[in-house]
Amino acid sequence: MCLGIPGEVKSIVEGDLRMGKIAFGGILKEICLAYVPEARVGDFVVVHAGFAISCIDPDGAARVFSYLEELGAVREDEP
Amino acid sequence: MRFIDEYRERDTARGYVEAIGALVTRPWSIMEVCGGQTHSIVRFGLDELLPPQITLLHGPGCPVCVTPVETIDTALVIASRPEVIFCSFGDMLRVPGSSSDLFTVKSKGGDIRVVYSPMDALVLAERHPHREVVFFAVGFETTAPANAMVAFEARRRGLHNISLLVSHVIVPPAMEAILAAPGSRVNGFLAAGHVCTIMGMDEYRPLAEKYRVPIVVTGFEPLDILQGVAMCVRQLEDGRAEVENQYERSVRAAGNIPAQRMLREVFEVVPRTWRGIGRIPASGLGLRVAYADYDAERKFRTERHEENVATDCKSGLVLQGLLKPPDCPAFGLRCTPEMPLGATMVSSEGACAAYYRYRRLSTEPCAPSILR
Repeated sequence: MCLGIPGEVKSIVEGDLRMGKIAFGGILKEICLAYVPEARVGDFVVVHAGFAISCIDPDGAARVFSYLEELGAVREDEP
Repeated sequence: MRFIDEYRERDTARGYVEAIGALVTRPWSIMEVCGGQTHSIVRFGLDELLPPQITLLHGPGCPVCVTPVETIDTALVIASRPEVIFCSFGDMLRVPGSSSDLFTVKSKGGDIRVVYSPMDALVLAERHPHREVVFFAVGFETTAPANAMVAFEARRRGLHNISLLVSHVIVPPAMEAILAAPGSRVNGFLAAGHVCTIMGMDEYRPLAEKYRVPIVVTGFEPLDILQGVAMCVRQLEDGRAEVENQYERSVRAAGNIPAQRMLREVFEVVPRTWRGIGRIPASGLGLRVAYADYDAERKFRTERHEENVATDCKSGLVLQGLLKPPDCPAFGLRCTPEMPLGATMVSSEGACAAYYRYRRLSTEPCAPSILR
């Protein structure tokens, strides 16, 4: 139910209700951007039920790989 | 697709499984409270990859599954009215009420539309000014801002032929109910990444402190969940009970401020009954008085009947992590997604439906628990 799909912002229409076109792979959908005023064309956003709920932070996106390295380093430090 | 495929990569998953194996020294039970995570865990077999000391418990993470029978009954009454166009997310249609479901009402001629976004209901209301459009507003904090926008926009656009049947639930009070229950087995939580994308992490800190449980805000892809488990196990082994963020690419500590502002504008916190669990104080959202004109229950003057329907369904135990779906005597026999006894078998995010879809051929035939 709380499924969120990442997509790329392709265009933005400002107005009473901020809307935009988001690409999910090859599919374009009209999505409400009212909750991501910071989103710009080219950003990736997480979309849930027709609404973008966050902008994806590229640094945060790489964390899953660096954390594993960190865990490996902790293990090597142990006697 | 970008930001999906890389989080399903095999070698990193293997690395995490090894790392978790090296961290763990004792048995730990970790509960996820998000149906999307439950679905990923069962679909990708993550629980079977983990060391035997780690048990993943599936919590009440599916809003469809916890929507009470009496709310479904109210939906059935409203959806049967000839002037109504009833809009719902698809997975609500087969959820059993006390005697029927929305799917049956639709097959008898009820005008029930499955929508992808609550905004679709708004478009229908504009397109059909002589009909009454009702939107079934269910969901956790993730969905609530989207649903709130319907009421807000309806008022702004001066639409009077649209209303919401609201059955929103919020997650932290349910986590507390589980922790406070006698005999709770939960040592740590994976908190729901998209709920926290909206609400942030602050409301989880008092829970972590009071009950001494680590809470790791976690995403939905296999690597997210494995990293979440690794962070949780690391805290447990270190004797820490903190709120940490695995899902950094989407979750900010303060959450989504514009979405929270909209939630406060339209909704207020109310008590709510959770199907299978019971009434939990301050665990739901209802429309504020300023939006009472958009309250479908008020508009159609429906009365709620609190009923205790006798059923073989053990979904209450499943939702609290006390029973695994294949251990239910009805699982896959008298209860299937086509003929569900309870809501956990209906939604693709319900634990029973996930086990039915991915595990029914691999699980051992259920022996009565007394023989085991």
